[in-house]
Amino acid sequence: MDMRTPLGKVRGLGSARSGTEHFWRVRTTALALVPLLLFYVVFLIMYAGRPYEEVLAALANPFVSVITALTIVASVIHMKLGMEEIIQDYIHSEGLKLSLLVLNTFFSLFVGGFCLFAGLKIAFAG
Amino acid sequence: MTNVTKSRPLSPHLQIYKFVPTMAMSIIHRITGAALYVGTVLVAAWLVAAASGPDYFSWVNWFFGSILGQLILVGYTWALIHHLLGGLRHILWDVGLGYEKHFANRLAIANLVASVVVTLLIWAAVLLFV
Repeated sequence: MDMRTPLGKVRGLGSARSGTEHFWRVRTTALALVPLLLFYVVFLIMYAGRPYEEVLAALANPFVSVITALTIVASVIHMKLGMEEIIQDYIHSEGLKLSLLVLNTFFSLFVGGFCLFAGLKIAFAG
Repeated sequence: MTNVTKSRPLSPHLQIYKFVPTMAMSIIHRITGAALYVGTVLVAAWLVAAASGPDYFSWVNWFFGSILGQLILVGYTWALIHHLLGGLRHILWDVGLGYEKHFANRLAIANLVASVVVTLLIWAAVLLFV
């Protein structure tokens, strides 16, 4: 017989080993990405087809650089969590599922790493 | 002994339900999310090229300016806007609003229409600025 109280069970986080963290992070990053990406849509409309020097100078602006970095970080977390959900929904074989979950993390961090480095290089070194 | 797991009744699958717009929007939200995921490679290519110098940048810009590149970018814009609007719809549901079925279906259709309209407006703006 399980002698734990309902609160104790919730704190133990049950068989999923996590509570509402996944859900909460998806929503928090989603909310952050709304203004960040709207900024980028306007930015890209303004700089589409402009000469290299002009685009680079705009990207190197401190305000734009911070927005770039924040957009990258929020996007990487959001995309990793989203793809995690897709994998867990459709892949039922344990081995393949775990492999894809690891690959998903690697891919997200790989893309994020390149974007972040590029953004910082433009900001600091031009 | 009979196999208990195998003799359990299955719940009916998708095809027996009447089609409703929220169903379509649900799967489109997921597909656009996956497309945005893959497309981050293009975003990375653009940023890395910008950080690498004018030669790389002009090469990547050449690709984005080609017919294939432009088609991909228009698709990417639509996926982004559709996913963003769909996300807002989900936030509305998350706070407990908008569950009335006729409203939910109208909102789903509005999501699709608005995503196309906004995509067209963005590209009209791009063409005006260039």
